Amino acid sequence: MPSALLIFLAALATTDPTLAPLDVPPDVATAEANRVAAVSRASEATVAIFDSAGKGGGSGVIVSADGFALTNFHVVAGSGPALKCGLPDGVLYDAVLVGIDPVGDLALVQLLGRNDFPVAAIGDSDDVRVGDWAFAAGNPFLLADDFTPSVSYGMISGVRRYQYPAGTLLEYTDCLQTDAAINPGNSGGPLFNADGELIGINGRGSFEKRGRKNVGVGYAISVNQAMRFLSHLKSGRILDHASLGATVATEDDGVIVDDILDSSDAFRRGLRYGDEIVMLANREITTANALQNILGVFPPDWRVPVRFRRDGRTFDAVIRLASKHDPAELVALVQREAADPSRPPGDEPQPDDEDPSDPEPNKLPKLPDLRKLLDSKPKLPKAIAERYIERRGFANYWYNQQAQQRLWSAWQQFQGDDAAASPGYDWLVEGHVAAGGDFILRTGPLQSEIRLPQGVTGAIFRGDLTSQLSPPGSGGLLLAVHLWQRMLDEGLRTFGEVVYLGRLPCGDAEPAECLSCLYGGVEVRLFFDATTGAMISLECYSSDDADPCELHLSDFRETAGRMLPHRWTIRSGDREFATLEIDQFEMAVDGLRREAQ
Amino acid sequence: MTNNRKRHAPLLNRCSALAITLLLAALSARPATGATASPLIRDVQRKVVKIYGAGGLRQMESYQSGILVSPQGHVVTALSYVLDTDDVAVVLDDGRKFSVEFVGSDPVLELAVLQLQLGEQEVDWFDLEDAAPAVPGEPVLAVSNLYGIAAGDEPASIMQGVVTAVAPLAARRGAFQANYRGEVYVVDAHANNPGAAGGALVDWQGRLLGVLGKELKSRVTGAWLNYAVPVDAWAESVEAIMAGRAASSSSGLELAPDEPTTLASLGLVLVPNLLACTPPFVDGIVPASPASDAGLKPDDLIVFVEGEPTVSCSDVVAALARIDRRDGARLAVLRDGELVDVVVAAPTETDETAPSDAPADEEQ
Repeated sequence: MPSALLIFLAALATTDPTLAPLDVPPDVATAEANRVAAVSRASEATVAIFDSAGKGGGSGVIVSADGFALTNFHVVAGSGPALKCGLPDGVLYDAVLVGIDPVGDLALVQLLGRNDFPVAAIGDSDDVRVGDWAFAAGNPFLLADDFTPSVSYGMISGVRRYQYPAGTLLEYTDCLQTDAAINPGNSGGPLFNADGELIGINGRGSFEKRGRKNVGVGYAISVNQAMRFLSHLKSGRILDHASLGATVATEDDGVIVDDILDSSDAFRRGLRYGDEIVMLANREITTANALQNILGVFPPDWRVPVRFRRDGRTFDAVIRLASKHDPAELVALVQREAADPSRPPGDEPQPDDEDPSDPEPNKLPKLPDLRKLLDSKPKLPKAIAERYIERRGFANYWYNQQAQQRLWSAWQQFQGDDAAASPGYDWLVEGHVAAGGDFILRTGPLQSEIRLPQGVTGAIFRGDLTSQLSPPGSGGLLLAVHLWQRMLDEGLRTFGEVVYLGRLPCGDAEPAECLSCLYGGVEVRLFFDATTGAMISLECYSSDDADPCELHLSDFRETAGRMLPHRWTIRSGDREFATLEIDQFEMAVDGLRREAQ
Repeated sequence: MTNNRKRHAPLLNRCSALAITLLLAALSARPATGATASPLIRDVQRKVVKIYGAGGLRQMESYQSGILVSPQGHVVTALSYVLDTDDVAVVLDDGRKFSVEFVGSDPVLELAVLQLQLGEQEVDWFDLEDAAPAVPGEPVLAVSNLYGIAAGDEPASIMQGVVTAVAPLAARRGAFQANYRGEVYVVDAHANNPGAAGGALVDWQGRLLGVLGKELKSRVTGAWLNYAVPVDAWAESVEAIMAGRAASSSSGLELAPDEPTTLASLGLVLVPNLLACTPPFVDGIVPASPASDAGLKPDDLIVFVEGEPTVSCSDVVAALARIDRRDGARLAVLRDGELVDVVVAAPTETDETAPSDAPADEEQ
């Protein structure tokens, strides 16, 4: 029920003396009470964000009680790691920059000093329909001295909208359009539905010739996109978005692949030049633009179903999405952005629905030069300094370290008390293959072999590991087991570089916490169950253009004081290589090494 | 047929009664506790089209909006440079794309009627017979493709607001005055953004109230106006155009009048008609004639006669010939870059000149 109607009621009652005062229908009274409650609840978690110099700012919204708050990248670009955040309780909190997503215009900050911050209820932006009532909360024109957010009510004008990149990076895809007033300063703030649930992060508007103020057209990043990226933002990294590994064009007979990288997963899953893409992520594709619109809400390495047609036949595949940018390219672009935040990188002509003289109209004035600030090494507040580590490719490496430690501790706890003792490299694992027959796996520090119904194969772990991909068709099962043993033996320090990526799809299961580790030219990804701490999967990438070996672990049972998986499912590409049911697990077996030799 | 659209009672008298009716209707039509108007909006969105044509230069968008008003695919839209090409395309909210035929236009209302080449296909449309009048305070929805946000099979954007006034339009575009001076619905939504012209203003039952006009600024304050031209003001003209009658509200059946108007009967002298398409500039005015009484001046360029565009001296003569001289004549002339309406009274009556138009505001 819009306020307009309530005002209307009041106007009727006062302007026509012959009219008896109207009884407010109970529905209307209830609706008003509900709205007041929703606005009040939603306001609590709305943040006013300022850079440390107090020269610019925006808005944000808290999504967890430990103070993590979402905002726009363009609000924090150039402000350095230290921020100040005001809440409606009137308190100004220290906050630290956690992670940035310059392509999706998202950033994560953490407010410090409490562990009971008010949290916004998270809605489902896929359920938002045109015509739904919605309201924006935030700090337009930085009006609020006491940090109480301004609230503007309006309607959802459009859903699944696409807004072209401003500059080379920032792109709003599959976003919400609202006529609730979004003004400079609202950037990064929340868009709520009528029930006060978070449905989007406001960040952009169409202004054109009418000046830099709301003209009824604001855009919000969908909360579902934001939630998908949330764990990635918590990794402290500079995030990228996904690409298909192929480009498409809208032609008379549909959306046609007009270029494809033969190193892409899409190519390995069968997509070819000239194929017509019919569906992506369970959404129909009618134009090339629609495809980009859908693709833009996913991080790289996300897996989405794709349906395509060739010669009248329809094919379905699940593809692993590639990165949109080269990592170095992304860092360079972000540095340029940070250096001159009022002007996005690149000299591309602006889309004509934006004021060309004001390429990022919703962006607020920022500090002139991040690098100057960094060069002069301003002293960070102690609370911030404790939570900030500068590192190339990261917005704040400290959070990545924290995540690694958190996953490692949770995993150790899951493993049990004896887990600290290394199980060594000498294993004897026996059992049967789900498809029929038995198997025996014997491993050692330098070589391993497995006997399967189809034969015996081995691998040697000296020199070039990337060629040790037996058994054929597994993508490198023996190597995967070997790297698992290394991790059990030496911990994460065995790997050259470890990076927490965030939650990523793992097989058919829910997204799981993912660590990316390098060893001897091989990238191994370790997946941990976010609830139990169990390591539920390893993915072993021997090269950029080959399918990894996926070793999915389940049926954990305690064996010799340690939780061990008794079902191993090995997949590579779109095929399952085998499911192994383990009957007997022996570790640190003397003499196995000799026997295997 | 069109009478039921005319307002018989003075607006204010009807205001309260109608407002209560509307309020009750609105209450019943809008769930008090629910949070969406989706079903109604989907229905309306299907009747609003995206129009692509000429333009694309800085601040001249190559797109606008339109509303379907007949099952034969007639589309009412703003008469603008966007239509100034043979290559106008109309895209429906489901992505269907049609080429169009230009049916006709009303230059005073600045509206054009297009017809989609439907073939066997069907479309949803607003029945002008069901169109409703609106009163101040009424909640409304503006539906258009403002900023060209919707592409392909994306439906038009929706904005909500209230009719804040029903008032005559006093507006300008740059230095030029808007042609239409009749009543409009002024709304508090930012309805008239680039690309919105030709969109629909509807009530909360999805009934058409008016068509969103072009971007205009107030002649008084210079502020951008948000308004729609009521269906009342244009339905007759649009129906005439759809029925194949040449022009606007004032054109009746095309019968030769008993006493056709001539240049001489008005006291009007045009420049010598030397070319096939001599521009109809006024060369001289006979003193104490209807033309001089009406304030016509030498060097005026006659661009419309009774709403019909006149590109040559011959056009002016032919258009005048269709008017009975006892009825007077309504002309529009271009004078010093400004479009000026001139009513030439019937020769037998005493002076009743058109009010002279105040010069447009200077650009701020």
